[in-house]
Amino acid sequence: MSINLQSLFAQLLVGLINGSFYALLSLGLAVIFGMLNIINFAHGALYMMGAFCAYFLLNVLGIGYWPALIVAPIAVGIFGMIMERTMLQWLAGIDHLYGMLLTFGMALIIQGVFQNYFGSSGLPYSIPNELKGGMNLGFMYLPIYRGWVVIFSLIICIGTWYLIERTRLGAYLRAATENPTLVRAFGINVPRMITLTYGLGVGLAALAGVLSAPINQVRPLMGADLIIVVFAVVVIGGMGSILGSIITGFALGIIEGLTKYFYPEASNTVVFVLMVLVLLVKPSGLTGRAT
Amino acid sequence: MADAATKPAAASGAGKTVLAVQDLQAWYGESHILHGINFDVNAGEVVTLLGRNGAGKTTTLKSVMGIIGKRTGSVRFDGQEIIRTSSDRIARMGIAFCPEERGIFASLDVRENLLLPPIVRPGGLSLNQIFDLFPNLKERLNSQGTKLSGGEQQMLAIARILRTGARFLMLDEPTEGLAPVIIQQIGHTIARLKKEGFTILLVEQNFRFAATVADRYYIVEHGKVIDGFANADLQANMDKLHTYLGV
Repeated sequence: MSINLQSLFAQLLVGLINGSFYALLSLGLAVIFGMLNIINFAHGALYMMGAFCAYFLLNVLGIGYWPALIVAPIAVGIFGMIMERTMLQWLAGIDHLYGMLLTFGMALIIQGVFQNYFGSSGLPYSIPNELKGGMNLGFMYLPIYRGWVVIFSLIICIGTWYLIERTRLGAYLRAATENPTLVRAFGINVPRMITLTYGLGVGLAALAGVLSAPINQVRPLMGADLIIVVFAVVVIGGMGSILGSIITGFALGIIEGLTKYFYPEASNTVVFVLMVLVLLVKPSGLTGRAT
Repeated sequence: MADAATKPAAASGAGKTVLAVQDLQAWYGESHILHGINFDVNAGEVVTLLGRNGAGKTTTLKSVMGIIGKRTGSVRFDGQEIIRTSSDRIARMGIAFCPEERGIFASLDVRENLLLPPIVRPGGLSLNQIFDLFPNLKERLNSQGTKLSGGEQQMLAIARILRTGARFLMLDEPTEGLAPVIIQQIGHTIARLKKEGFTILLVEQNFRFAATVADRYYIVEHGKVIDGFANADLQANMDKLHTYLGV
């Protein structure tokens, strides 16, 4: 079989881009699950809100892409923290199922509201001027914006990993994941930490939404389509593992891209087939601890 | 705390009352565990709660710490009522708790475990003083917390609350399951902390160990304090004690 390098690399790039979104979203899910024990089904809707927030900032307030990268995650993060304070906190310590139902319901409501006002078609969001155009790398043509998304996502993922695994704040977080009662008895305000953690996870989703706006258009259901694959990524990587979710996110994006090149018919299902295989061999995921 | 620091091994009842517990009742879910606990602890003392398994000793410590959800009665610390206070605030007032299960975090290395509890007030031990007390910990700073031996984990659990500046320590069965030589080391540590003016509330099953460090004892049975005496009267109370503890 002759290999067309040009299109192989193009598919690899698409895979890396998708992998970036998988990684950012599953990372947020892992952070939230670790601390709140909640499988955040609202994650896709919050990702969508991030993209819409960038869209509003630009079209209503005239605030462009670069400030939106900071403002949108903070704004949506605050929305998330209000959600946590008013609703999610009451679910602490009871069955996972309630958290799942509540966040799933929240996702439906948020998406319904946006669909009501914006329909189902996509709104355009243009690539910022600084990142327009592309580079000829010799073996392929690289659109600059896509290269930026991959590199920026990687930096954010590594930064988040560093924050959690290597800093004092991260030590509080890891300790509170294991034994919140004792950490609180050491004088740390654990409920406030939980709220901020949810805000962090939600902020990561919103950031992914902003990054995705110029590539995928801004649609009310953009998150609903993506989140199904992201949950498969989380299951494969192992729920709650930070590094696992980052690596699995990027790896599955690449595997998907390669499948698109070698056997396009399977590209939509390969992640789920992998999920089944992993579950058969390691039910707690590749990096998950058996419970 | 300067007066406490200069005082020699405190005679029982010498200091002012630091902790006063009155009619403390506590519940785990529906089950009523404490039925009216009364005792107090004076500055610079080591007070030991003795009693059989399930008598309510651990629950008493947890209730003072604010970890037990449903509790009534009165717990006064340094004159302030803390029965309704959340555990993070209680910790910030200067009470430090070392739980029976030690609570060493598996996802943190020894250094992170040691540095985890925030400093609540000045005057805590420095890391060098801590390594002085527990030389083993210094060599294992980069190990995963739960890779330590049981004795080392117990030392780590005590060491990390000494950094915080809290002067009132609650130790829940610090000798449980440990080798005699380690129990001895923990005994020396407690004696030294007492000499430095710490006030310690200890829960023990091993009253032979308790006898080496305690100033006073309270006997807990069925969620109540049923008796109490000073260390000096230990011999006179030995028969009663055997009956209480069933040994």
